[in-house]
Amino acid sequence: MNTKVTKGAAPASAAAAAGPALVRGWEVVIGLETHAQLSTASKIFSGASTAFGAEPNTQACALDLALPGTLPVPNRGAVERAIRFGLAVGAKVAPMSIFARKNYFYPDLPKGYQISQYEIPVVQGGTMSFVVGGGSNGAGTTKTVRLTRAHLEEDAGKSLHEDYHGMTGIDLNRAGTPLLEIVSEPDMRSSAEAVEYARALHTLVVWLGICDGNMQEGSFRCDANVSIRRPGAPFGTRREIKNLNSFRFLQQAIDAEVQWQIERLEDGLAIEQATVLFDPATGQTRAMRTKEDAHDYRYFPDPDLPPLVIAPEWVERVRAAMPELPGAMAERFQRDDGLPAYDAAMMTQSLAFARCYEAVRAASGQPKLAANWLMGEVSKRLNAEERAIDAMPVAPAVLGALIRRVADSTVSNNGARQVFEALWAEGADSTDAAARVDAQIDALGLRQMNDASALEAIVDEVIAANAKSVQEFRAGKDKAFNALVGQVMKASKGKANPAQAGELLRQRLGGAGG
Amino acid sequence: MNGAKGGVAGLARRLAAREVSSVEVVRAHLDVIASVESRALGAFLAVDAEHALADAQAADERRARGEAGPLTGVPVAHKDIFVTDHARSGLPTTAGSKMLAGYQSPFDATVVARLGTAGAGMVTLGKLNCDEFAMGSSNENSAFGPVLNPWDATRVPGGSSGGSAAAVAARLVPAATGTDTGGSIRQPASFCGVTGIKPTYGLCSRWGMVAFASSLDQAGPLARTAEDCALLLSAMSGFDARDATSAERPPVDLHAAMQTQREGATAGRPLAGLRIGLPKEFFPAALAADVAGAVRAALAELEKLGATLVDVSLPRTELAIPVYYIIAPAEASSNLSRFDGVRYGHRTAAPADLMALYKQSRSEGFGPEVKRRIMIGTYVLSHGYYDAYYLQAQKLRRMIADDFQACFRQCDVIAGPVAPTVAWRLGAQAGDPVKAYLADIFTLPASLAGLPGMSVPAGTGEGGMPVGLQLIGNYFAEGTLLHAAHALQQATDWHLREPQR
Repeated sequence: MNTKVTKGAAPASAAAAAGPALVRGWEVVIGLETHAQLSTASKIFSGASTAFGAEPNTQACALDLALPGTLPVPNRGAVERAIRFGLAVGAKVAPMSIFARKNYFYPDLPKGYQISQYEIPVVQGGTMSFVVGGGSNGAGTTKTVRLTRAHLEEDAGKSLHEDYHGMTGIDLNRAGTPLLEIVSEPDMRSSAEAVEYARALHTLVVWLGICDGNMQEGSFRCDANVSIRRPGAPFGTRREIKNLNSFRFLQQAIDAEVQWQIERLEDGLAIEQATVLFDPATGQTRAMRTKEDAHDYRYFPDPDLPPLVIAPEWVERVRAAMPELPGAMAERFQRDDGLPAYDAAMMTQSLAFARCYEAVRAASGQPKLAANWLMGEVSKRLNAEERAIDAMPVAPAVLGALIRRVADSTVSNNGARQVFEALWAEGADSTDAAARVDAQIDALGLRQMNDASALEAIVDEVIAANAKSVQEFRAGKDKAFNALVGQVMKASKGKANPAQAGELLRQRLGGAGG
Repeated sequence: MNGAKGGVAGLARRLAAREVSSVEVVRAHLDVIASVESRALGAFLAVDAEHALADAQAADERRARGEAGPLTGVPVAHKDIFVTDHARSGLPTTAGSKMLAGYQSPFDATVVARLGTAGAGMVTLGKLNCDEFAMGSSNENSAFGPVLNPWDATRVPGGSSGGSAAAVAARLVPAATGTDTGGSIRQPASFCGVTGIKPTYGLCSRWGMVAFASSLDQAGPLARTAEDCALLLSAMSGFDARDATSAERPPVDLHAAMQTQREGATAGRPLAGLRIGLPKEFFPAALAADVAGAVRAALAELEKLGATLVDVSLPRTELAIPVYYIIAPAEASSNLSRFDGVRYGHRTAAPADLMALYKQSRSEGFGPEVKRRIMIGTYVLSHGYYDAYYLQAQKLRRMIADDFQACFRQCDVIAGPVAPTVAWRLGAQAGDPVKAYLADIFTLPASLAGLPGMSVPAGTGEGGMPVGLQLIGNYFAEGTLLHAAHALQQATDWHLREPQR
């Protein structure tokens, strides 16, 4: 991904050959460190619950409070989730990795050190591929980002600075929650790429069932390392933006940081390595600490924890239980269903979405129509109502039956939208899907006129009543033909099949014109 | 009530025979502990007579139900480095530190639980003094005052399990638990003339031991005899899922192992075929003559019992000192970070800000030796020094362990002195911590290698002070050590000698 091609010279479709988009002549370099909270019921080194939102300090056991004499024991479920991630990104799952202590004092860090992995992490290498740009019509480009590593660690507690009248409250419920920190190489060249990478990663960890992906609750959060350079120059000094818990903030923070760095360098000033925070209210990043006051974490192997040994058999057991991955599934949808790449990517935006697509496709026998409906009408309504795909009120079998009726011309596309609306309002479950759809079509009077003689009569009436349009059509005006079709539709109260009506009109008018 | 006192095995036998009740035994010990003379020793930091007597009552009832084990009803006391459930026992846990003065643990250490009412049924009399966070070898580093050596009140009892050794020597308890990081069971056992064993790293669970140096800390018993130690160690050891470094091995009956006759042994020569290795580095010219003499005499006894003495070498013995004094403080500096004044333990009054809370709480709560080790540990782990100190020390540690394995190809057990001298006088090493560190030379190697080691009384030296013979075995060879020590104790009476009071 480091090929240098000047902007505009690259073929738009070949991502590998595309040069980085420059910002005022600067190349942006981004690497992400993502903390995914692993979806284990208990903590990484203790038996306390990881459930979110409990009363402060009710889910902190003796170990989480770092009481004297307590010892950590690794949670196999957390390790297993790390293995699953490693296999999904094609990384090496280390047969032996080391837990280390990262030492620093902070009130919400009860032991005075965080147990993490430092020199030898559990997941080493790997790649993430995802589509950047594009749409239903334009082909996006595939981008591949190399992963450096992913390691297991424990989360800290929370310091609560409000409501304590100048004092600080400590909630240790979150202390010891298992995290997988996923570190990328500095392979992204724009905030848009960074966001797409983060989205793809989010999709993957939720898909794998290793993280609930809830960004509001902090289950998935990113730190962005950002630097800029002139094309071809060595990497610039980076600043790390901490704790971005939405894709929007991620993009805004990187953009703001890039602007700040450009202005600074163009003013002839140097960038100092620093950790910065993004303030969504001001849209600015501000330095939290610089390299000079950075901690010396005094990492060393945790003597309470023997090396984490993962036997090949364990890896194979996890591999055998792996779900089909989004990339493989998208390829299958392109290959077997004939979907365009963009559609295939959209159908695999989550495991739930993919399952829904597969159900709708199976019920309808119409892959492309199924994809169109899911990307169009369904997504629109879900977004408007802030619902997840698995909370769609219309069962996939019902949507499939409806699409079948569109395909066999029982109902028009427009009519089908009305039917869908009614099914949505009704909360149509999958029982008697076809009958349910047909009943709704009839109830709304949207069954298309498939009686040829009735349509012929209407067409003849329309031709007789619109001599002027007929005249114009025969003179070669296409618009006039459309007007005539419209008249047929109107006269049939929308029940005519527009294609059929057009065909009949042409027959009657002798095929001249357009 | 003469039958109410004695060693573990003797008391167990009399309890089993219903010659005496646990309540009688416990009351007799509580009375002795409460005497002015005993209190002057400073061995106990806390005693809870009410809970002890209730536990004794429960032990007697258990025996009446026919559910008693071999140790049920026998009293014990714990080094105050083991946490004890305050609600259950009434006992605080201090680790000998002002930092934890009055600290009430909500749970029991595994070792405490296994020996106690929920396990073997021993009755906990109280908590024993020790060097602060087990850092020291004289018990002078306790925030709650020193422990005096029962043999000579002007001398130290050794440390860090000084209270444990002194309490057993003074016959305040039949047995006590201790912990050994660099010699903290063996050296006080030697100084006080009692028997103590530090098992293989991983044999006893560390759950509930206030951590000093996690990769070295091991629990073990101190008692009058090898047999008593075998009984206690069998009960307190074994795999514990709450300690990730705990060895996953089937439980062993060390009391049976201790008595199992060696192949080729005869009545007069129970140790026939046992090869005892004498590392030349354990017998340097500078070794005090009295200690050397006592150890040689004990070795001669072992020879009489059929053992063969062979010369071996542990070439990196001297290096064990710097290696240990890098690794142990490094781990300690991190382990003791949790004592920050935020959640429990000492908190300074009215700190100006968070940094002041940390600095003042820790400055006030920790004693000088603990601070010194935190400083050393922080330094050796610092960026730029880690490779030069910590990493080098780890490499040497591995080589020291390898040296032992080379020896064990030539012998079954390694023997030598526990300490270069007998117990020194209180204050003798004040202001010279390095001098005290150097005196750990014979106990540190086995600690670094994770090997079992024990101290067995071997007569007396200068001033009539006890001398200990150290026996070191290969991994999980506690049975071999206890067997050899038991044979020696069957043939000699050094372990039966008591301080004049």
